[in-house]
Amino acid sequence: MKAIVWQGVNQVGVERIPDPELLLPTDAIIKITSTAICGSDLHLLDGVIPSMEKGDVMGHEFMGEVVEVGRDVKRLKVGDRVVVPFNIACGVCDFCQRGLYAACDNSNPNHRMAQALYGATSGSALFGYSHMFGGYAGGQAQYVRVPFADVGPYKIETDLKDEQVLFLTDIFPTGYQAAEQCGILPGRDVVAVFGAGPVGQFAARSAQMLGAAHVIVIDRVPERLAMAEAAGCQTINYEQEDVLVALLESTGGRGPDHVIDAVGMEAHGHGPGHALDMAERVTGMTFDRITALRWAIMSCAKGGTVSVPGVYGGLVDKLPMGAAFGKGLQFRMGQTHTHRYIGPLLSRIEAGEIDPTFVITHRATLDEAPELYKTFRQKHDGCVKVVLNPWA
Amino acid sequence: MNTKAVPPKKLPGTQLPGGERTALGVLGGTLMVSGLGQSGVSRLILLGLGGGLGYMAARGRNPLATALKVDQNAQGDVQVREATTIGKPVDVIYAQWRDLSGLPRIMSHLERVEVLDGRRSRWTAKAPAPMNEVSWEAEITADEPGRRLAWRSLPGSSIENSGEALFRAAPGDRGTEVIVRLTYRPPGGSFGAIAARILGEEPAQQLRDDLMRFKREQELGYNPTVNGQTSGRADAGQRKPAPAAQPEVRRDLGSETHRKGEQ
Ligand SMILES: NC(=O)c1ccc[n+]([C@@H]2O[C@H](COP(=O)([O-])OP(=O)(O)OC[C@H]3O[C@@H](n4cnc5c(N)ncnc54)[C@H](O)[C@@H]3O)[C@@H](O)[C@H]2O)c1
Ligand SMILES: [Zn+2]
Ligand SMILES: [Zn+2]
Repeated sequence: MKAIVWQGVNQVGVERIPDPELLLPTDAIIKITSTAICGSDLHLLDGVIPSMEKGDVMGHEFMGEVVEVGRDVKRLKVGDRVVVPFNIACGVCDFCQRGLYAACDNSNPNHRMAQALYGATSGSALFGYSHMFGGYAGGQAQYVRVPFADVGPYKIETDLKDEQVLFLTDIFPTGYQAAEQCGILPGRDVVAVFGAGPVGQFAARSAQMLGAAHVIVIDRVPERLAMAEAAGCQTINYEQEDVLVALLESTGGRGPDHVIDAVGMEAHGHGPGHALDMAERVTGMTFDRITALRWAIMSCAKGGTVSVPGVYGGLVDKLPMGAAFGKGLQFRMGQTHTHRYIGPLLSRIEAGEIDPTFVITHRATLDEAPELYKTFRQKHDGCVKVVLNPWA
Repeated sequence: MNTKAVPPKKLPGTQLPGGERTALGVLGGTLMVSGLGQSGVSRLILLGLGGGLGYMAARGRNPLATALKVDQNAQGDVQVREATTIGKPVDVIYAQWRDLSGLPRIMSHLERVEVLDGRRSRWTAKAPAPMNEVSWEAEITADEPGRRLAWRSLPGSSIENSGEALFRAAPGDRGTEVIVRLTYRPPGGSFGAIAARILGEEPAQQLRDDLMRFKREQELGYNPTVNGQTSGRADAGQRKPAPAAQPEVRRDLGSETHRKGEQ
């Protein structure tokens, strides 16, 4: 089959590799009909998430048709059309039972590494996301092996198009969880979203669905800001204005009640904090650039929430902890517990509350994907979200 | 040797003799240098460990012992401890441990355990070449059903060791907390154990892997795997033999699946 393969830092390519096979009786094989490139994939491309190996298959946002199931698969059948959450969860451990699928105890075969770094047993494995997160081959390919097939894949039984439901695999639940965990008081709370990438776009629209009185989106890419404006959000271009001043002014001096960091560890930025992050990164002492997180903490109103869907991987420095403490902020963060949002968010799509296709700017083939990785990373050509058809 | 694991001293780590102190300083420096040449996770870990070693060597205390959950008691015995919570009732988990001949399924360093009588048993463990295996006789020193099981090697054994497993119900109906403590006398003093640990042969990591594998076997009935999956590498789709420290459980399962068209 054809697949997008990680060939080294800054290098992905299309390769012909063997088709996946069932390895355990609880596995299924899915023929992928649509797959997407995610901002998280850029962290792999840039080499800031450790433990990728040459030859790893990329991709964690995919859907398709079940073509093969293992002996112990009960719920899924050959022919089912499914969306597959990007996290791999066992469904039976204490964390899965509590709906904390991203904290699953049992899905990561390579639990050692995370334990050494994070001081606890590993969280859930992820598709196509480095060996630290399990090393499972991803879904920017024609076929994929899906473990715990009765737990993750969600059947789509209506005639919604792939593009309308594809983002249930990651970015819609991710944006939604980011907004939900703010505990927005409808009609009252103001929410600011740093980052107008796909995650930020869904976070902003989710905040609106959850009743935010006002949503402000911050980025520097005009097309992305325009996309947020189209949904009725206020926008701030942090290259044209002092973002902290602008946020205070937009909220009558209080600051936003909740701030979402939908940027993560590769934040672009300026100022002394950013210079320090870069110096540290060059000397190899830390990976994470935290401009957006600093802004989120500094701008947030007293008693507010800093919600962090943006990915962080290692150590950070000069985090304004005093500001967070002084304002009594609450922090919410982590990988999305995707499994628990797919049903409810599918209902919202079916009810016409949101049409997730708004975010798609590019449609392409697998052969075109390496080029589009670059376009997406450089935010050229108005690129916000790329959807790939592996059979085109 | 004490049957109960001796509580570790209050100081973090263990006191270092002068020679080891110098050696640790050198090792710390070496690790940091090799850390700088690495990428990713190993870099973070090596830099951290290297820095820690240098620092602690200066303070005269064995840092890795603390950082890596290796403790030593006053007699120089090495102790490794690990705990896990398993979503199964206490009596089920206890029964798995009480069946001594089944212990090699849980603890991968063991080759076999033969029960000799109600109290005594013969344990055989894997060992590096040319020995290949070592064995000793052990006795059960405590057996409190559903709470605790303890054992130790009989006097005169080639490897003096003891161990205990504690079981208790996890709060909130979360199954069983299993705490395992193993004590043994390493060949070359504390430094030997530490060096071995860095080489990946240290028992603390092995015990952690073992308990994780045991937990998953209990909760899922198998262990997750990516062994044999496709990739863009030359060995794509080929199953590698499981490393000795991580035997794969129920390896046969994958072959019993059915493919489309064969139903
Ligand atoms: N928590 C999860 O489970 C989860 C799931 C998916 C994605 N993510 C993460 O969410 C983040 C965003 O993903 P995406 O797909 O939208 O990526 P993206 O790279 O397309 O978007 C990031 C946006 O942030 C903007 N940006 C950079 N620095 C900024 C700053 N200082 N202030 C404001 N905006 C800034 C960029 O211009 C870009 O538009 C990534 O870190 C990704 O890994 C997390
Ligand atoms: Zn994603
Ligand atoms: Zn689980």
